[in-house]
Amino acid sequence: MAVADSVGVPSDATPRPGPPLWLLLELTYRCPLHCVFCYNPTDFANVGRELDTDQWVRVLREARALGAVQLGLSGGEPLARDDLEIIAGEAHALGYYTNLITSGIGLTEARIAALKSAGVDHIQLSFQDSTREMNDFLSSTRTFELKAKVAALIKQHDYPMVLNVVLHRLNIDHVGDILAMAERMGAEYVELANTQYYGWASLNRAHLLPSRAQLQRAEQVTQEFRARLGERMRIFFVVPDYFETRPKPCMNGLGSVFLTVAPDGLALPCHAARMLPGLDLPNVRDVSVQSIWYDSRAFNRFRGEGWMKDPCRSCPQRTRDFGGCRCQAFLLTGDPDNADPVCDLSPHHHLVTSAVAQAERGSAEPGPAERGAPTPGERPLIFRDHRTSIPVSSR
Amino acid sequence: MTAITRKPAIGHGFRLQWEPAQSAHVLLYPEGMVKLNGSAGAIMSRCDGSHTLEEIVADLEKTFGVRGLSGDVSAFVSMALEKNWLEMR
Repeated sequence: MAVADSVGVPSDATPRPGPPLWLLLELTYRCPLHCVFCYNPTDFANVGRELDTDQWVRVLREARALGAVQLGLSGGEPLARDDLEIIAGEAHALGYYTNLITSGIGLTEARIAALKSAGVDHIQLSFQDSTREMNDFLSSTRTFELKAKVAALIKQHDYPMVLNVVLHRLNIDHVGDILAMAERMGAEYVELANTQYYGWASLNRAHLLPSRAQLQRAEQVTQEFRARLGERMRIFFVVPDYFETRPKPCMNGLGSVFLTVAPDGLALPCHAARMLPGLDLPNVRDVSVQSIWYDSRAFNRFRGEGWMKDPCRSCPQRTRDFGGCRCQAFLLTGDPDNADPVCDLSPHHHLVTSAVAQAERGSAEPGPAERGAPTPGERPLIFRDHRTSIPVSSR
Repeated sequence: MTAITRKPAIGHGFRLQWEPAQSAHVLLYPEGMVKLNGSAGAIMSRCDGSHTLEEIVADLEKTFGVRGLSGDVSAFVSMALEKNWLEMR
């Protein structure tokens, strides 16, 4: 087994994986917004040049041949690529179901019409909050009115509307207003996605983690909307895993269904996996998608159970949660083979509970004057930006 | 009522297609996918908005050489309508 591991071949106990059903193309890390909770790598400014159109099309073709069918076009802001329509058109011709994941910035009437005729199936639009003040503060832009216009365009072009709002301490108390806004806009789906603490969000965790009381109120309000609206507006509430005692089955296990290709062509088993040490991630410029998915050491590294340590190794939950999130295990404990510390069986669980306890102590909602202002012993909110990218990441 | 003459079709925002890699019909929707079993795939692939439920049942019975499918097909279609996988035209 040690030998098999060293050449990246799964052991006999690991069955051949199924196809990469879900393909996420992060077309660019360029983005007009500067969100404090962005999961993009904090050193994105150091990432090499973007793949060109032909290279993206080749990735689409190779992954589709393996069985990929759900496609996310994301970023950064994918509209920053002026070949988005070409890429979307190729994806449609190949038979993908194409999800455009966007802030809406740059989605003009002409571009939405072109994307519709290229065959984009659905547009997921992000909002930062229900109010102009908070939306614009959290993204460090003046974009609220623009997003509202884009929401109307999405309806006019007969798309199912999916609104995505990332929740955290500064906006979670507005869930009622956020859902009312979604209802007015005629959203079919709303994703209330509590912040996951990777990338920029990890830097800003002390500002963003809500209190348990805030979380419970938000869930209650969500239930009231669900009871009233039923299937008309489906609401997904993604619980922040710091408040759980069992970890999420992250990516259904790395290398099981999910493949991300980053702007520079790096292939990742999860969009945050660039941070994992020693993974030796393959690049689509050098290797075929088939070889990456089935043969690369990086994609085989966390398949099966051979990599697990105690307590996961002997835990009956391991077939359900796969030990949780490898990136979170690495970020919090320094070792990606450890149990995700969200799990209360993890010897590192106190790292999560102490962060939650700290959030409880600082849970009073800050007034507008305090937002983003440094408090004693705490660094200020860091906005995702080229200027902050390099110094932050070299800390 | 119009129930007899109305024709089931794939719901707005959903797409049905055959996936060779999964040897199955799948139903695709925003950021999600349902892999259909053989019977569900056979029913859904006939819901093209130009055939009534009665015609679909007759076609299935003929194709598979069985009778008495009406109850099962109706139950599946009701469930699929509830989930918005299908809509009546």
